[in-house]
Amino acid sequence: MTPGRIHRARLRNGLQVLLKEIRTAPIVSVWLWYRVGSRNERAGLTGVSHWVEHMQFKGTPTYPVGSLDRAISREGGIWNAMTWLDWTAYYETLPADRLDLALRIESDRMVNSLFAPREVTSERTVIISERQGNENEPTFRLSEEVQASAFRVHSYHHEVIGDVSDLASMTREDLIRHYHNFYVPSNAVLTLAGDFQWRPVLDRVRELFGSVPAGTPPAPLTRPEPPQHGERRVMVEGPGETSFVEVAYHVPSAAEADFFPLVVLDSILAGPSNLNLFGSGISNKTSRLYRALVDTELAAGVSGAMAATLDPYVYTLTATVRSGRTPEQVLSALDQELRHLLEEPVQEEELMRAVKQARAIFAFGSETVTNQAFWMGYAEMFANYGWFETYLQKLESVRAEDVSRVARKFLSKRNRIVGFYLPSEGAAEI
Amino acid sequence: MPRASSRKSRPRRPPKRTPVRPPRPRPNLPQLDPRSLPGPHSVVRERLSNGITVLIRENFLSPSVVIQGTCWAGGLDEAEEKAGLASLTAACLMRGTERRSFHQIYDTLESVGASLAFGSGMHTTSFYARSLAEDCATVAELAAEALQTPSFPPDQVERTRGEYLTDLAIRQEDTGARAQLAFNSLAYPGHPYAHDDEGSLETIRGITRDELAEFHQTHYGPRDMLVSIAGAVHSARALSLLEKHFGGWTNPGQPARPTLPAAPRLERIVQNRVTLPGKSQADLVIGAPGPARTAGDYVPAMLGNNILGRFGMFGRIGEAVRESEGLAYYSLSTLSGGLGPGPWMVVAGISPRNLQRAIELIRREIERFVQARVTQSELIDNQASLIGRLPLQLESNDGVAAALMNLELFGLGLDYYQRYPQIISSVTRDEILESARRYLHPDRLAIGIAGPLDES
Repeated sequence: MTPGRIHRARLRNGLQVLLKEIRTAPIVSVWLWYRVGSRNERAGLTGVSHWVEHMQFKGTPTYPVGSLDRAISREGGIWNAMTWLDWTAYYETLPADRLDLALRIESDRMVNSLFAPREVTSERTVIISERQGNENEPTFRLSEEVQASAFRVHSYHHEVIGDVSDLASMTREDLIRHYHNFYVPSNAVLTLAGDFQWRPVLDRVRELFGSVPAGTPPAPLTRPEPPQHGERRVMVEGPGETSFVEVAYHVPSAAEADFFPLVVLDSILAGPSNLNLFGSGISNKTSRLYRALVDTELAAGVSGAMAATLDPYVYTLTATVRSGRTPEQVLSALDQELRHLLEEPVQEEELMRAVKQARAIFAFGSETVTNQAFWMGYAEMFANYGWFETYLQKLESVRAEDVSRVARKFLSKRNRIVGFYLPSEGAAEI
Repeated sequence: MPRASSRKSRPRRPPKRTPVRPPRPRPNLPQLDPRSLPGPHSVVRERLSNGITVLIRENFLSPSVVIQGTCWAGGLDEAEEKAGLASLTAACLMRGTERRSFHQIYDTLESVGASLAFGSGMHTTSFYARSLAEDCATVAELAAEALQTPSFPPDQVERTRGEYLTDLAIRQEDTGARAQLAFNSLAYPGHPYAHDDEGSLETIRGITRDELAEFHQTHYGPRDMLVSIAGAVHSARALSLLEKHFGGWTNPGQPARPTLPAAPRLERIVQNRVTLPGKSQADLVIGAPGPARTAGDYVPAMLGNNILGRFGMFGRIGEAVRESEGLAYYSLSTLSGGLGPGPWMVVAGISPRNLQRAIELIRREIERFVQARVTQSELIDNQASLIGRLPLQLESNDGVAAALMNLELFGLGLDYYQRYPQIISSVTRDEILESARRYLHPDRLAIGIAGPLDES
């Protein structure tokens, strides 16, 4: 990882703070992470975390609606927020001498968001529009069904954006209750990276956040997904001429020992994951599945995704079926390649390649303070920053037999969900 | 895997020698340290022996190197019935070279975690390469090889063709892409910019392997080629690497660049609606041809565009369509600029039953934009924004390599970033209004729409 000490503190009200001085450019990046995401949502309230995220931009008494965006933009800043399975994060990247603006905004809206009725109403349709934009993509529709099939019990069951019925029926009171429950210092982590001096900045953080009451977030929903005892299949029909295959396997969470052998397995099967928030990853044309599916002209592309989550999640392999081929053909070739993987151990060279690729990806990501501050908080959501600091070492210690073991243990048919996206009959002629 | 939902959509269509006025004191605008930005003091600009221009910015604070290259072969060089020829050629460059097979090329790259990719547009074909500093020579050599001596192996060409056709089939169902294509044909009737440089299923099926090789042989060459490098490599070493791998390239028969006619003027509102059943939302593209990057009024137009549909939550357009009426998750404006009169457009994703309302709101904003000057506070906010964000855009090697390429491509001058605050701060409200009126009018617009229209 990039050298540079992380300074840590915990305020009396439970807010965790991590600061890293980086002097390469006069820029700072500030992230505020809340330990709340779609996993905290019950049926009837799916999408509430994401909606609350939207409402964080809709005004406080200090920053009336619209003024927050203008305040950051006029300083030349970039900003956004994102909601995911396990967390919601807000960030600003600004010229270094504007750091205070980010801290004032975040400390203010942690407590004072207005949730004005008119804005709630307006944002309802915006979010439904966002969802409809997603639905335009076949892979979103397929992924949603595969995920729902993978998680009958656990709240990873639904998409972050939520189901339309809940988006239509949720009330302002639902949003406010969620906000008051989870947007508390004891449930939050503040990460800062860039051109500042950590001591005075930490003092300022104490000044702005210190008086916010600690709060007690609700106990997390713990409904562990029972083991799956047989393959599940999902068909999704829709417009277009192109088919897609998505195969998802239940795998452990990021903090478990088997996670890193699985990361190596994913690199070997489908190419390395992109660990960075921005920027593209590395191509995967020498990966085993590319050779088995794309070189053979069954698929037009293939990718794999291992996610770092708090609870056990899924490892997904996705392929775009080449025109003139069928999903069954792609699946059959995929199964054959997985059998081959189990029969012959992976080569030392493949292990070394996975490590080198991860090293390169980290190097590329270390170039921006935004990405560095992102890593600092992201790792805290399911582990701690040490997880990132020791990432490469852990990859390096994975042996061929570890990869074989996790392949045997997790990549079985009874442990998976297979999804096909199929053009529906009567699709429009091109 | 569920995608993280972002509050602010990333714009789908990112935007692509101005007179310098004497500096006037401006309160409230950011002060940048000119020496912290790329300029004559920190950028090496040289020519290789075959005339290729090279710009190099050393950066030893980062462990990586990014190389970008641009040469002058593109969609403008292909016949209508061979639409996509330039694009398919670029897609096949890395499928095999005289020295290496497809697998050898990607093995070399992926074993060290490096990237190399080629793409083309209407005017140019470009490459992007990134590696750790220690592998810089490897990617430079590979990029040069794929650019100069691709072999177009027939089996690889067919494999690529199939993948390309699959992508085209996906594009056919993409409401955003279909709306854009519909808009292009309306905004540029009879003009080269109406040409679909990605091609169609028909034209791509009809291109032969020999035509790819011939296109490459004829149109690719070092004339006016540009290369930019940013990262942990000494400029002397970078220069010698580039000279070694690119400096010997010749193509005496490389044709002169085609001249581009001026964009046609729209006389009224023209609309094209494409029905794509089964979709959940329609995409909308409204606008007209705009200024090229090198146009004298580009900078005022750029500032104006920022006010119209970029600043904050996407400017006046975002305010009208998303914030006020909740009609869209994304609605913004984009000024393409570029090497020719690229479009000035407003784009949005809208439910079909709200399309009329959205079009009304957008036209109303365009009308307001061309009727009266922007306010003084809008001007200052946007000037501050454009100046303030410069260091952020130039933070990474990616950003610097792209910026250097732009400086050279558009002849902006090596000291452009040192002059930039002055250039931006000296734009007036009158200039913005004048440029807006030159290109936009609420009754002279092209409108492309694609989505589940029959079902509304």
